[in-house]
Amino acid sequence: MRPLDEKETTVVFEKIFKFVGNNLKNIVENPSNEGPESEPSRYCFRLQKNRVYYVSESLVKRATNISRKNLMSLGTCIGKYTHAGSFHLTIMSLNLLAANAKHKVWLKPTSEMSFLYGNHVLKGGLGRITDSIVPGDGVVVFSMSDVPLGFGIAAKSTQDCRKLDPNGIVVLHQGDIGEYLRDEDELF
Amino acid sequence: MAKSQKPKAAEKPQTMAVKKGVKFQKKPPLKKQKKEVIVEEEPLENDDEVSDGGSDSDLESEEIDESDDGEEESNGFFSGDVSDDGEENDEDDEPLRDDFLEGSGDEADLLEEGSGDEEGSLDSDSDSDSDEDNLVKQSEKIDRKTKKDKKEAKLELLDNIKQNDDDFRLPTEEELEEEKSGPPDLTLLQSRIKDIVRVLSDFTNLRPKGASRKDCVEQLKADVRAYYGYNEFLIGALFELFPPVELMELIEAFEKQRPISIRTNTLKTRRRDLADVLLNRGVNLDPLSKWSKVGLVVYDSQVPIGATPEYLAGYYMLQGASSFLPVMALAPRENERIVDVAAAPGGKTTYVAALMKNTGLIYANEMKVPRLKSLTANLHRMGVTNTIVCNYDGRELPKVLGQNSVDRVLLDAPCSGTGVISKDESVKTTKSLDDIKKFAHLQKQLLLAAIDMVDAKSKTGGYIVYSTCSLMVAENEAVIDYALKKRDVKVVPCALDFGRNGLINFREHRFHGSLSNTKRFYPHVHNMDGFFVAKLKKMSNTMKQASEGDNEGVETVEQAEASSDDDDSDEDDTKKSKKEERLAKAKEIKRGKKESKSKSEKANVVDATEPKKKKKKRADWKKEIVQAREEKRIAMRAKSKQ
Repeated sequence: MRPLDEKETTVVFEKIFKFVGNNLKNIVENPSNEGPESEPSRYCFRLQKNRVYYVSESLVKRATNISRKNLMSLGTCIGKYTHAGSFHLTIMSLNLLAANAKHKVWLKPTSEMSFLYGNHVLKGGLGRITDSIVPGDGVVVFSMSDVPLGFGIAAKSTQDCRKLDPNGIVVLHQGDIGEYLRDEDELF
Repeated sequence: MAKSQKPKAAEKPQTMAVKKGVKFQKKPPLKKQKKEVIVEEEPLENDDEVSDGGSDSDLESEEIDESDDGEEESNGFFSGDVSDDGEENDEDDEPLRDDFLEGSGDEADLLEEGSGDEEGSLDSDSDSDSDEDNLVKQSEKIDRKTKKDKKEAKLELLDNIKQNDDDFRLPTEEELEEEKSGPPDLTLLQSRIKDIVRVLSDFTNLRPKGASRKDCVEQLKADVRAYYGYNEFLIGALFELFPPVELMELIEAFEKQRPISIRTNTLKTRRRDLADVLLNRGVNLDPLSKWSKVGLVVYDSQVPIGATPEYLAGYYMLQGASSFLPVMALAPRENERIVDVAAAPGGKTTYVAALMKNTGLIYANEMKVPRLKSLTANLHRMGVTNTIVCNYDGRELPKVLGQNSVDRVLLDAPCSGTGVISKDESVKTTKSLDDIKKFAHLQKQLLLAAIDMVDAKSKTGGYIVYSTCSLMVAENEAVIDYALKKRDVKVVPCALDFGRNGLINFREHRFHGSLSNTKRFYPHVHNMDGFFVAKLKKMSNTMKQASEGDNEGVETVEQAEASSDDDDSDEDDTKKSKKEERLAKAKEIKRGKKESKSKSEKANVVDATEPKKKKKKRADWKKEIVQAREEKRIAMRAKSKQ
């Protein structure tokens, strides 16, 4: 387990920034309640076996006596480095993204399951959408009852969505909570 | 094939046996009722009725048969399904109602007839009304007759009852041989199981001729094994735990599935909201019980309950009702340091985290690598952020995390799983005495390790909760009793106001009195998996017996010495129970045997002593390192304090 170096930090922050915009500041500066101390500490990012964890500093301190080989996870895993060296956000980061999301779409109940099977979000399944989305923005996908379902990349701007035909793709799928069932083995 | 046949076979014998049961249980009082009314009027008619076994006409007997069929299940010895009670009660009433109706009809008829007769007698009376003596004589005659009839009726009734009982006898050896040659006759087995259980429940009165209790029990064991497919050891062990009637309830309960229960994740939602959402999805559910504020029980569902968007979003966890209990007993507080020694798949860990509201720190340990995936996935799905997941053998944890370093430890020990046979049928056949001993040994090591991790001086904690899903005393009370001897801990009440108290006396074992504070849960009583929960409070950080404690350290490294250690504990037990000289003598003989055995073992092992010595050296060496590390740690702590 080690802190991210400068290059890695930029990559990770850029990825998260796509989804949360200026809320990134909150993510970094929020006080953390984890850990046995009564006064809150800070969150930090740590790299362990190709995975990036978002974790309270007090947990990091207490994980030092666990050997690298035996440490499986701590705090929240938010993404991983692929073999090719690029960084991917994983579905476990959803809680963090959903809490700070800047761009959101809401799905109709009928198209929830389709998204949870790994399909893109189509215009026909769209219930609501936040304004000012530009293609390429990170979007968090919710159900109509505000349950976070996953995230993806916007394919069309909010304006273009209005005149899109029902089968047009609005959000390109990146991760959904169905992965907990589908690819449990590949998540970790 | 066998499986598909089973249900049919299970129905048939029940009808038969139940009919008997009904006649035996219900008829006599009815007959009596009738008789009391009727005897005075028309005794002869009554006689017929009794010998017919309570059926006046074909019509009535048919009706009774039907109603009997209807209530097959409800009246079975083993019925324990609470949820169906309402319906069954209705059905239960039917035969009675029928009988009452019929009975009253009979009475009416009889009354008419009787009155007719009386008229006749009156006629005869009127013929000889002048002769008073004659009248008196006649009335006396009638009186005598009625008395006689009453007596006869009573005798016959008794005979009837007796006959009902006497028709059971143990099968002869030839019959058993014959049975062995063919495929098992499930109908016969079931009815015989039922008969033996009935006989055993009142052995002094119902005892079959020429059979001892032991014969009956042996036959019952054999039959249950053949019918339900248990192995010899497990049936023997269960027989030691329960009386026959209760045992059959338990075994029947093992055949049924427990209700599906889910736990609300209070980190993300409230139970009320979750119930509303799921109801809208077509899930039929109810709050679990009054003892849990987060549990829901699912009766049926139109959607797969483990794949709804809410499940995937971590709003709830599929979790047996029994696995709520150890966490409730642990009662974690915010900002505490907690260790879950065997955490996968994370049901209990996430519950602990929810109770702590994601504050404090949880070390979720799991030894088996494949199970780590489900553990981490569940932790992330449920939005738990205060855990450190590690992969160690639970026995090494005190060395890794440091002794006396955490507030509470939850040890849901690996066990034989004899309480969850309804989930995993293979337990019936795969477990043996050796397995239980192995598990018990591992559990003792784990429990001692768990106790070592807890800091007795913790302001809020200092507790250890030990739980298993086994019913075996060797894996439960005996393990706790062992820990009481080895460490300065005491058993405290686990804050669960239901469940049965732990056993203090079990066969030859005499456990510490405080073990009655532990709790046992049974499928047939509490409608959840068989479970055991004990809560320990660590009183001081010193080890009770230093020398034995040191032994322990070696034990964890070297398995070979462990068996001898176990023998020690056995001997301790025997010392305690030395109340009667006879017993003691018997045990001495046993011990003698043991010694001779161990000697012979030694003789066998002579060749293997060389590598053992090496191992020992390595163990010493490891011990030294561990000690050195401990000292360093202590020194560091002292420094930091300064």
